[in-house]
Amino acid sequence: MVNEYHLRTPLKDEDIKKLKVEDIVYISGILVTARDEAHEMALETLGKGQSLPIDMKGLALYHCGPVAKKVNNTWRIIAAGPTTSMRMEGVEAEFIGKTGVKMVIGKGGMGEKTAESLKKHNAVYAVFTGGAGALAAERIKAVKEVYWLEELGIPEALWVFEVEEFGPLIITMDSYGNNYYKVRMDEIKERGERIKKEI
Amino acid sequence: MKKVDKETLTGIFYEMIKTTSTTIPLDVYESLKKAYESEEKPAAKKQLEAILNDIEIACKRGVPICQDTGTPYVFLELGEDFPVKAGIVDSIKGALRKATQEGYLRPNAVDPFKKKNSGDNTGRYIPWVHYDIVEGDELKVWFMTKGGGSELPSTLIMSTPLEGFRRLKDGVIDTVVKYGPLPCPPLIIGIAVAAGGDIAMSLAKRSLLRPIGQRNEDEEIAKMEVELLNALNKLELGPHGFGGQLTALDVKIDYSHRHPATFAIGIVTSCWATRRSSAIIRPDGSWELTSKHIYCNNGSKHIVG
Repeated sequence: MVNEYHLRTPLKDEDIKKLKVEDIVYISGILVTARDEAHEMALETLGKGQSLPIDMKGLALYHCGPVAKKVNNTWRIIAAGPTTSMRMEGVEAEFIGKTGVKMVIGKGGMGEKTAESLKKHNAVYAVFTGGAGALAAERIKAVKEVYWLEELGIPEALWVFEVEEFGPLIITMDSYGNNYYKVRMDEIKERGERIKKEI
Repeated sequence: MKKVDKETLTGIFYEMIKTTSTTIPLDVYESLKKAYESEEKPAAKKQLEAILNDIEIACKRGVPICQDTGTPYVFLELGEDFPVKAGIVDSIKGALRKATQEGYLRPNAVDPFKKKNSGDNTGRYIPWVHYDIVEGDELKVWFMTKGGGSELPSTLIMSTPLEGFRRLKDGVIDTVVKYGPLPCPPLIIGIAVAAGGDIAMSLAKRSLLRPIGQRNEDEEIAKMEVELLNALNKLELGPHGFGGQLTALDVKIDYSHRHPATFAIGIVTSCWATRRSSAIIRPDGSWELTSKHIYCNNGSKHIVG
């Protein structure tokens, strides 16, 4: 059965345990964005024994490069849909382990390495509707901070968003090792082979 | 008579870019809405609902539909007597800079070797501009902002002629299956058969400009478009991979005459947020949109173009 949850950060272990693939979630609290370069920079920083500019324990990580505009010294987020998560597959498992994020949000799903890390660290992966940048921006109530803006530029910087009812998010990888997209894509591949014979 | 100049053109292109980035073409909107109304699978319906919400928020607030505001592609039909010629690309670049500054476009032009973002959506060969010189004194413009995520699956197949159509059909199914949810389905698929790889990819990309539901004028090609569209929708990949009836919004096929020994197949995918507009500009600087969009003003939705 598919359930709908409304959660608040910091996410607790029991919140995560409830979530199963295909569940719908809306999240309020703090989201931190990171895409390719911010992941690399975060792991480099931690590798040198330094700490990150923000403690991400219990927070949600968002694969996103926003369109942002500064109006009277305040950042306004104009569009902020998810980016393709698979690009972070090589580094996400380590990132989850070292930062303590409890939810990774992006689009398209992720691979085996991440699935194992989510299981090991009791965390989940959720999909936000790809392309829905204006809807995402509407749910971002404020920019709390932005780090590494100078070094990485607007899309790649580490943005800290305060969000309200951010969603719909659909869980596609849960803390029990289930990977919704993997199962689905195996089915679709089989169906594709059958369809090719009919055309 | 007043003659159009570079500055006026910049203003017109800026308006076109704004429209392209913030309002979805009417044909795309109507197809998505129809699918939402008839979709029965809850997860797929939820995705279509979020998509329609996004489109409405973007047009009400005048903000980009998607944060990936794409790579700018411009297709021109330039009348030989139109007053501005060489200056057109300068005008487009000016418009792109302004639209980026104003937050209608995210800076998306990156130097691959120096790894530096130009910051204003202009750069080497960007915008990508295709010209056809025609008789007359008007300029017709098609503008497309092509998302990066949906560009990843684009495929070139260099087939031998005897295997050509088999490989085309297999290639379309394989491409959509292989990339699954990544290019943000429901998709529009552009396909072209041509003499060379470059021609095939270019025509496939350009075929995305044709509105949804508008079939190729050639009956045989139109039949193949429908056959492939129906086949893709039997995959049950659905909106963002959550199943249901709608994997592809449409399939478009174009071609060039080919070399007797070649059969190049270009396959280009475009996301649900296919953003395009077109306009006609007259020599006196008057102009109008020739594409239809949904547009919201003071909370009410109507159609422009």
